[in-house]
Amino acid sequence: MAYVSAGVATSHVPLAGAAIDKGMTEEEYFVPFFKGFEYSKKWIEKEKPDVIILVYNDHASAFSLEMIPTFALGCAEEFASADEGWGPRKVPVTKGHPKLAWHIAQSAILDEFDLTIVNKMDVDHGFTVPLSLMFGQPEDWPCPVIPLAVNVIQYPPPTGNRCYNLGRAIRKAVESYPEDLKVVVFGTGGMSHQLQGPRTGLVNQEFDKMFLDNFGPNPEKLVAIEHEKYLREAGSEGIELVMWLIMRGALNDDVTELHRHYHVPMSNTAFGHLILENGPKEI
Amino acid sequence: MTNNPQNPRTYNDIPGTFVFDAQHSRKGYHLNMLMMSLIKPENREAMKADEEAYMDKFKLTEAQRRVIKNRDWNGMLEEGGNVYYTLKLAAADGTPYEAAYAAMSGTPRDVHRDMMLSGGRSPEGNMYLSDWENK
Repeated sequence: MAYVSAGVATSHVPLAGAAIDKGMTEEEYFVPFFKGFEYSKKWIEKEKPDVIILVYNDHASAFSLEMIPTFALGCAEEFASADEGWGPRKVPVTKGHPKLAWHIAQSAILDEFDLTIVNKMDVDHGFTVPLSLMFGQPEDWPCPVIPLAVNVIQYPPPTGNRCYNLGRAIRKAVESYPEDLKVVVFGTGGMSHQLQGPRTGLVNQEFDKMFLDNFGPNPEKLVAIEHEKYLREAGSEGIELVMWLIMRGALNDDVTELHRHYHVPMSNTAFGHLILENGPKEI
Repeated sequence: MTNNPQNPRTYNDIPGTFVFDAQHSRKGYHLNMLMMSLIKPENREAMKADEEAYMDKFKLTEAQRRVIKNRDWNGMLEEGGNVYYTLKLAAADGTPYEAAYAAMSGTPRDVHRDMMLSGGRSPEGNMYLSDWENK
């Protein structure tokens, strides 16, 4: 049977990807930031997931305002790197896992989560930067990755509670898949940041710390956070944190925090990263 | 209570912030679709070659044309733009994001960078319109 072994949360700031692509990781600005991924890279090399489910948001690359799916699951064989205005990042073409992806879509839809099924989709920095941070610059990503794109640009995004419950439905789907597969779920985006308008640059370290501290042990506190609180206190783009809750929902109630990294600033944002290992499953 | 669908716009008293809601999205649809088109290299070329002619292809208002022409990053947001869309114009121009952030911030680039390096813009005094009105 397939199972979820662990969760990785990470922001997906484009500058971090650019630093890797352009060989700038040794520069003073980036050194403390990338130091926080040394453990993570070793950990994932040992963990060896068979499949990753990567929750992220598309930034007007695959979806425009013509069509705005709240939850879109990538069921294709592969996903190319998107051109976001300065040419596509030179990262491997991502191999998907259509069989598991379709299984999740069917299971989740019958579980009353109406996912949009996507068979053609380019993936932008929201998706590729977390993979680069965890795997560096390999010829190919070491395992298939299933993209789950969440709308967090057009207001309102799905609630934290909805995201958390979708995570649970995904876990249920994974656990009913007959092949033996070890699955790691990534929740990306955040932490507090605001890119737009006169208030651009907002960072709320206290909010972020509260979020990181409660994420493992008390996710019920976080799922209750309303949109307005995210917008006001964590910045208009800080609302991306609802995507972390999908990952959290896909894990068991009991988890162990293996690693935490928090760094300000990365570009215009507060960068957060957690690795959680699944504890024993509740009965 | 933002998550109450009957009263969804209480977030309007967050200062310096454009929440990309239905009203905003409808206003900015054509402007954002122009920005979206810039993910294709041939469109970036066409925009660079003749901006006026390129803008003619989209149903823009006069105000939208003006803010695009002036690279008025906050103005684009006021006219319904969303930052993930408008940043595509910055990318097409070769303008670093940081320069666009600083422009929206209303400060020189080094001042904005120093603010970020010292921990970002504090939430204190920046969460309610009344905080800004009393400044």
